[in-house]
Amino acid sequence: MSFQTTWFLLIAVLWVGYFILEGFDFGVGVLLPFVSKNEADRRAVLTTLGPVWDGNEVWVLVAGGATFAAFPEWYATLFSGFYLPLFLILTSLIVRGVAFEYRSKYGKAQWRQRWDIAIVIASFIPALLWGVAFANIVRGVPIEMSADKNLEYVGGFFNLLNPYALLGGVVTLTVFLTHGAVFLALKTDGGIRERSRALALKLGLVAAVAAVAFLVWTNVMLPEFNGLVFGLSILVAVLWLSGLFAVLKVREGWAFIFSAATIATFVATLFYALYPRVMPSSISSEFDLTITNASSTPYTLKVMTIVAVIMTPLVLIYQGWTYWVFRKRVSASQIHNPEVGMLDKAWH
Amino acid sequence: MNALDLARWQFAITTVYHFLFVPITIGLGFLVAGLQTAWYRNGNLKYLRATKFFGKLFLINFAIGVVTGIVQEFQFGMNWSSYSRFVGDIFGAPLAMEGLLAFFLESTFLGLWIFGWDRLPKKVHLATIWLASFGTVLSAYFILAANAWMQHPVGYVINAEKHRAELTSIVEVLTQKTAVVTFLHTIPSAAFAAGAFMAGISAYLILKKKDVEMARPTLKLGLVTVIISFLLVSITGDVIGKVMTEQQPMKMAAAEALYDTTESAPFSILTVGTLDGSRSVFQIDIPTMLSFLATGDFGATVKGVNDLEAEYDQTYGPGDYTPNIPLAYWSFRLMIGFGAIAFFLAIFTLWRTRKGGELPQSKWFLRSMLTMPFIPLAAISFGWIFTETARQPWTVFGLAKTADGVSAVVSAGSVLFTMIVFTLLYGVLAVIEVGLTLKVIKNGPAPEVDYENPQFGGSSDKPLVMSY
Repeated sequence: MSFQTTWFLLIAVLWVGYFILEGFDFGVGVLLPFVSKNEADRRAVLTTLGPVWDGNEVWVLVAGGATFAAFPEWYATLFSGFYLPLFLILTSLIVRGVAFEYRSKYGKAQWRQRWDIAIVIASFIPALLWGVAFANIVRGVPIEMSADKNLEYVGGFFNLLNPYALLGGVVTLTVFLTHGAVFLALKTDGGIRERSRALALKLGLVAAVAAVAFLVWTNVMLPEFNGLVFGLSILVAVLWLSGLFAVLKVREGWAFIFSAATIATFVATLFYALYPRVMPSSISSEFDLTITNASSTPYTLKVMTIVAVIMTPLVLIYQGWTYWVFRKRVSASQIHNPEVGMLDKAWH
Repeated sequence: MNALDLARWQFAITTVYHFLFVPITIGLGFLVAGLQTAWYRNGNLKYLRATKFFGKLFLINFAIGVVTGIVQEFQFGMNWSSYSRFVGDIFGAPLAMEGLLAFFLESTFLGLWIFGWDRLPKKVHLATIWLASFGTVLSAYFILAANAWMQHPVGYVINAEKHRAELTSIVEVLTQKTAVVTFLHTIPSAAFAAGAFMAGISAYLILKKKDVEMARPTLKLGLVTVIISFLLVSITGDVIGKVMTEQQPMKMAAAEALYDTTESAPFSILTVGTLDGSRSVFQIDIPTMLSFLATGDFGATVKGVNDLEAEYDQTYGPGDYTPNIPLAYWSFRLMIGFGAIAFFLAIFTLWRTRKGGELPQSKWFLRSMLTMPFIPLAAISFGWIFTETARQPWTVFGLAKTADGVSAVVSAGSVLFTMIVFTLLYGVLAVIEVGLTLKVIKNGPAPEVDYENPQFGGSSDKPLVMSY
């Protein structure tokens, strides 16, 4: 396998990690007011994310950094081309992170309500826009050779809001919402757990419809029938339905494994549909960005491969260990004085 | 303003802002780890209170540092895509390594530290804050190596056909002198900022008689950190000056607004005048000092802006190779000046509190202690403004100009829009951050909850020590 293919694969792996991990963060964020009945519930919900959200978010930073290192042309064309959606994602991630950290520090009801709204909106936007962005990449966007021989995106903002891409956004949004509900059903106890499970079923069915429509469209859109993409699409559907079945049977651990596996397979489907292109041009295939014309030199890829091969397993081990340390369910009854913030006088 | 100017402003605003939180995070992480170690070793609860109190402040600061760091990772591609295409083969590698080696380490172990009080054995919990702090330093190393490559590119060849720089030696990029001295300058400066932060706040607590038992040792820790780190910053700063003179002589000439090549060149403390090469109205000079700062030899010749400009015209083709001189001149002095103020304030306070001495009760002393946390941040910001603006017109010295790095497909309107939103958002976050910090300080350290009490614990019917 060439270094370029290896890095294409590694970047896919980083996105898989990111969407599995921050996927449920986004879902939990949007569902926060819908699974909670009172302040103790809300704090229990946020406590499930507290120790892990930041580590989860690092996956996207590494995906960005790795794309920069391994496929600079892809990084440059994608990030300058998808300028406004990325900007919206960035501002959302900023607001969300601060909201998680600051929200419960202080007890005032208005303070907390405002941050809660921020969490819902700032989780909703990236959950939707990542799907829009990836669907656009798969579909192909207007890319042309510029005067100084760079392959540049020339489509503007509204070009990105085509029906296929919007459907892709609906898929990631509903899948992440379901995934978040499953995560909450697995990580909490009492009322939150019941409500999350019920929501997971409903949202999961909506997601199933959106995802099937999207995958059918993707298969039809490909220039020729691709057996593996088709097979992976079927697998996505099977895994997803198995997850919903596990939810129904109150097997939350299995449900989470299935929803995570669905996300992984879904990302794999999209990447496989792309390969060996990384950003196809809708104008002409001669303007496609591919793993060959977008990549770094073999030397850089070799250096980065060595680093990735050593570090990725280590990261997986210690991040996995974090989940093990915080494996116990959180229940609202465990939240000591939910109305009081750590920075309040009453805490003293 | 065109897209280039706006993109430069956006980079300046988002980066200077991000770096207000970075030094405190790096430095305070280690100070808090030290306090927790003291508690772990001698069991004295005042160190536990100090760990929790400064830990809270550390986390309030860390939150903004993390989220504004996300923008840093992506804005090269968004606003500077031509730059990214040119340098990606080299510059991307340290960035990706920073993510894989450092960001995961910091974020994961900090999460374990925040929530792990009742979940981890004491020793393991202590290790998590050390590992998180180690992650911050590792992160600093990679990003500074990337920046050092922009100051002084090494380990590359230019591929003319692809119009990009290509990596030939990662070892050279990561171990070149410029990277090493910059790192050794930046890390003590982070300790300097965190020391001043801790000292200023501790002095306030003592003057307001809030947990004096805890605040006296933390005051001392902060002051000693300020003093030692200032000395280290000065030594490494001096080395950087010499490296800079060798690698980027124009930057050194700009730092002094030295237009004509001069033997035994003086260093001016301040100048009243236009700094455009005409005679100044008033100037205080230290004779031969610039020659010494630049080379270590009082008699050496320091090249002036005019000669260097002519030289660069020869080497790189006709153009304007002179940075903004007044900005370079003043930012250089403000960096040193603010650093010195914090240093002398620390010396004075340490001297007053020797052998159990009391702090001065005056209003002015209280005010200066409350200002203390901000002084090193000003020094550090001016240091970055100096080193980045005085490299202009280059992004990568001698290889790529800033003007050629901006994204071709992003309109000025888009950059302006995002800049306005980022600036407003960052402004709001700053107000909230400072507000929360002041609240913590006003409340003072909390009496320590004994989390080893069997009332608490990880099992599902006991209250959690830490929840969001």
